[in-house]
Amino acid sequence: MSAGPTTQATLSFDGIGMTFPDGTEALRDIGFAVDRGEFVTVVGPSGCGKSTLLKIASGLLEPTAGTVSVDRERIGYVFQDATLLHWRTVMGNVELFAELHAISKADRRTLAQNAIDLVGLTGFEDHYPKSLSGGMKMRASLARTLTLSPPVFLFDEPFGAVDEITREHLNEETQQLFQREGFAGLFITHSIGEAVFMSTKVLVMSARPGRIVAEFDVPFDYPRHPDLRFDPDFAKLSGEVSRELRGSHS
Amino acid sequence: MTTTNETTDETTEAYRRTVSFGLDDAPHVIQGPSRTRSLAANVLPPLVLGILLIGGWYLISYVMLDESRRFLLEPPHAVLQVGFLDWDNFSEILQGLWSSTKVALTGLVIAILIGFSLAILMSQSKLFERAIFPYMVTLQAIPILAIVPLISFWWGTGQRSRVVVCIIISLFPIIVNTLFGLQSAERGMHDLFTLHGAGRGTRLRKLMFPAALPAIFAGLRISAGLSVIGAIVGDFFFGRGDIGIGQLLRRYANQLDGEQLLAAVMMSSVLGVTVFQLFGWIQNRAIGKWYDPAGV
Repeated sequence: MSAGPTTQATLSFDGIGMTFPDGTEALRDIGFAVDRGEFVTVVGPSGCGKSTLLKIASGLLEPTAGTVSVDRERIGYVFQDATLLHWRTVMGNVELFAELHAISKADRRTLAQNAIDLVGLTGFEDHYPKSLSGGMKMRASLARTLTLSPPVFLFDEPFGAVDEITREHLNEETQQLFQREGFAGLFITHSIGEAVFMSTKVLVMSARPGRIVAEFDVPFDYPRHPDLRFDPDFAKLSGEVSRELRGSHS
Repeated sequence: MTTTNETTDETTEAYRRTVSFGLDDAPHVIQGPSRTRSLAANVLPPLVLGILLIGGWYLISYVMLDESRRFLLEPPHAVLQVGFLDWDNFSEILQGLWSSTKVALTGLVIAILIGFSLAILMSQSKLFERAIFPYMVTLQAIPILAIVPLISFWWGTGQRSRVVVCIIISLFPIIVNTLFGLQSAERGMHDLFTLHGAGRGTRLRKLMFPAALPAIFAGLRISAGLSVIGAIVGDFFFGRGDIGIGQLLRRYANQLDGEQLLAAVMMSSVLGVTVFQLFGWIQNRAIGKWYDPAGV
């Protein structure tokens, strides 16, 4: 079912397998590619190894089989938690990556301010994380990643902890960012609606060991309007993804 | 009269609610609508207890002790007159207090330097942590009185020995809290630093150290109090050199100067509280803006 790896793709997995030292087989024979201008979402039951796949893509984990090809110099990786540094203001947090990449003070201030404006946190530059809501923290986390204009953007269920309304807003904004920046996006979630709404392609992963069991192209044009969620074609596609997901679970 | 009664009733009521609902409800009581009420709720109970204690003190001095044995507990006004209002006596206590403060702060600063260095070393290498930790626990377990003779045996009975006592007594909380703090940065934050190629130094400076600050300050407050105790105990036992509060306590006790003895004890307590508050204030200045004790 998996797409053959393309050598020139921005991010590609080829025959990835991951068995942990305790013998748990998390992933088996994963192979697909994500190119610039593509937004691929992997949906799967919890504990199927989705997050492990992102850790492998970013280099935080070494796979026990197969190869990943990606430029890790400026990889964007948004975690499940906002992981903001409590002792830094929004500005300080958004500047962090540029700081770690030794970008000059003036430049990183400009980069950070642009990113903050882009995610709608203007006016909150001097706030500390303790005074932000969950959604705002996630926005700050997105802004922090945007400062590096990463060609590859990995999202590990970033909106799982925010409420439904905020989540829909963030979905829309992420989709706009994708359209603007044209990165290669790889998104992990277990929300089918979120997956279909944002992606160019949805992959369904089976329960452990995780394998790609189905692949759906999402035909809707960008920019996507929130009302798309109530379109019959949207519902039909979501239904098909859901059916595959249920099938993969047993 | 009515207003006073009301305040007292509300205070009692607020108190009862705090007690019956436990800690979870306490903040509501403190953040009550009226500032005066919360002030009264905070000040009144200790004030009333204080008055009762002073009353009990008079009772012991005048009723329970007969005149020949009254020197064991002189009444409060006598302590105030002889210990605090007589400038010769009080300035002697203040000088002793200043000498002990210098010893305590010197010991504390050295303990901080040693403690930070060891904790950083232990945070960078599991090997060091495993090697050092048992000895730290052992050192901590030695009662300070047991080690005082050894210290005077090695370093004599001067200022230096007193500083050594302060270091030994205040080192452990600094090491343990600093190490715990350095290890408290979340896994995800470490991952971020790894992804963006941060080296050991950067990680320590920009992640582990700031993350450790709340725990470090908790340790410092404990250690500051302990180093004051160390200074007094050291001075008391070595009993020579610059006269600190420990030597004064011993002399007043030997000379049966009850008033001055009690005044000196109270001033030692004032010193301990001051040092504790000072570090609380520094903590608030340093991390109050961002630190959320309820967890972020």
